[in-house]
Amino acid sequence: MDIVELTAMEMKENLEKKRISARDIVEAHIDRIEKVEEELNAFITISKEEALKSADRIDQKVRNGEKLGPLAGIPIGIKDNIVTKDIRTTCGSKMLENFVPPYESTVVEKIRKGDGIILGKTNMDEFAMGSSTETSYFGPTKNPIDSQRVPGGSSGGSAAAVKAREVAIALGSDTGGSIRQPASFCGVVGIKPTYGLVSRYGLVSLANTLDQIGVLGRNVIDATLMLKAIVGYDEKDSTSIDMELIDYIEVLSENIKGIKIGVPKEYMDLEMDKRVKEQVFKAIKTFEDIGAIVEDISLPQMEYGLATYYIVSTAEISSNMARFDGIRYGYRAENYETLDELYMNTRSEAFGEEVKRRIMVGTYSLSRDYSEQYYKKAVKVRTLIKEDFDKAFEKYDVILSPTSPNLPFKLGEKLDDPLAMYKTDLFTVPVNLAGICSISVPCGYVEGLPVGLQIIGNRFEESKILKVARAFEKHVSLGGENIGL
Amino acid sequence: MVSIDYIRYISEICKIKFTDDELEDFIQQFTGIIEYVDKLKEVNTEGVVPTYFVNSNTQPLREDVIRDGLSKEDVIRNAPEEEYGYFKLLNVMD
Repeated sequence: MDIVELTAMEMKENLEKKRISARDIVEAHIDRIEKVEEELNAFITISKEEALKSADRIDQKVRNGEKLGPLAGIPIGIKDNIVTKDIRTTCGSKMLENFVPPYESTVVEKIRKGDGIILGKTNMDEFAMGSSTETSYFGPTKNPIDSQRVPGGSSGGSAAAVKAREVAIALGSDTGGSIRQPASFCGVVGIKPTYGLVSRYGLVSLANTLDQIGVLGRNVIDATLMLKAIVGYDEKDSTSIDMELIDYIEVLSENIKGIKIGVPKEYMDLEMDKRVKEQVFKAIKTFEDIGAIVEDISLPQMEYGLATYYIVSTAEISSNMARFDGIRYGYRAENYETLDELYMNTRSEAFGEEVKRRIMVGTYSLSRDYSEQYYKKAVKVRTLIKEDFDKAFEKYDVILSPTSPNLPFKLGEKLDDPLAMYKTDLFTVPVNLAGICSISVPCGYVEGLPVGLQIIGNRFEESKILKVARAFEKHVSLGGENIGL
Repeated sequence: MVSIDYIRYISEICKIKFTDDELEDFIQQFTGIIEYVDKLKEVNTEGVVPTYFVNSNTQPLREDVIRDGLSKEDVIRNAPEEEYGYFKLLNVMD
């Protein structure tokens, strides 16, 4: 058996039935990493020794007949903006090149308790600011499907590592599409949970009213398995919500006949690659074939989503990034005469261009002369966007759209045109503004490049988007892809 | 076009400096972005309540019980410069 070809669920089952050991699983994946990583660059740090130690601990549990956790033996990648105790956490930045966290994020604590095995920290756009993983201080990640192309971003390392079978599943973070867009570009599944479902304790904040930790996997079941393991209220994150936990795996097999799906015409009218549009319409047809009721709907404010997102997110970024001052942790400039110079030189030397640009835009839109015109305006438009979704969900169970308006583009293609880069998140940002949930699943290929379908659900209605995604995945087998049937 | 003086003022506030050459490039991109977001002006937001936060956020208080936090060593471990167990900064007095 070729272990890396198994689904996460199969790895776990084979371990439980003692057909393979946790050490077998980890070694197979380390071999795989050694083979592909030089070209791919999906990881910033690989925690090989740590992973082998965890594997041995789990194998001991198997030998002792102890109960195994829900993620037992599964090799997992963690996006490098989620802190890991004693494992370097860089956020893809020179600023945190040598930062070794003294504490553990809640999600990683849950993974460890669930017997998951952390194989390393995945590459990302610097501080998650970007849509291609090209702004990483540690160099870009390549798309495993076509190494001339970007894997998307900012969780591009996580998506690429999952696709290339370096890990079975991975954690990412999504502020405006950073899980779903790379999932789309790498032909994997990505879930952005409802704001508040997963604890953000230990996630380095980008825009804290939009950020949410989520998961990437090669199929809906694997991604769901991971989601189930990380959700729940956490007293260390006052924005996490205390609610009854749902067995998401169980709902996956539910029938979706008669489910009501809305397709927003304003989304489909936005500028996008025609070939992407075609694939999405094909997917919509598939849903009709399996008994869903599909109707056109209107979300009138969607065309303002990106502008609103850009103002709200950069405003939050500018204040969140103020903590990097060169004093308590992180990089410090060598030359300075005054305290002010220490701040200035540290931040100017250690932040990349995109980070500086967003801090500047955020500071501008919050500044005395312009805050009325930009920030205060944007938070009102945010209300209108949220109300559009609220209204749609009164009648519909889920909403469909493309995940990204374009196919994975070539490395360097959009790097000098920030606005063109931002526009690859056109369809994903409104979801974060409204704080609702969404999943991206592969829905077809154009000239060998994957297209992602976005399935959006109301607040805390993960069950609906997951079962709809699963029904779709079951129905369309994409070119022999490992879909975990 | 956003004025170069205002950009200099903003960069001073957020403690990021640019060389004159960088500033030339920067102002082009910055202006492009601002022109794009100006699209928000089209939206009628009269009487609309702002959304700063999507959840009805309450800040719960826990019992005032002493718990272990990070040790001093752990806190100082990532400091770029430390001395005698403190963060080291410039001398403020000779």
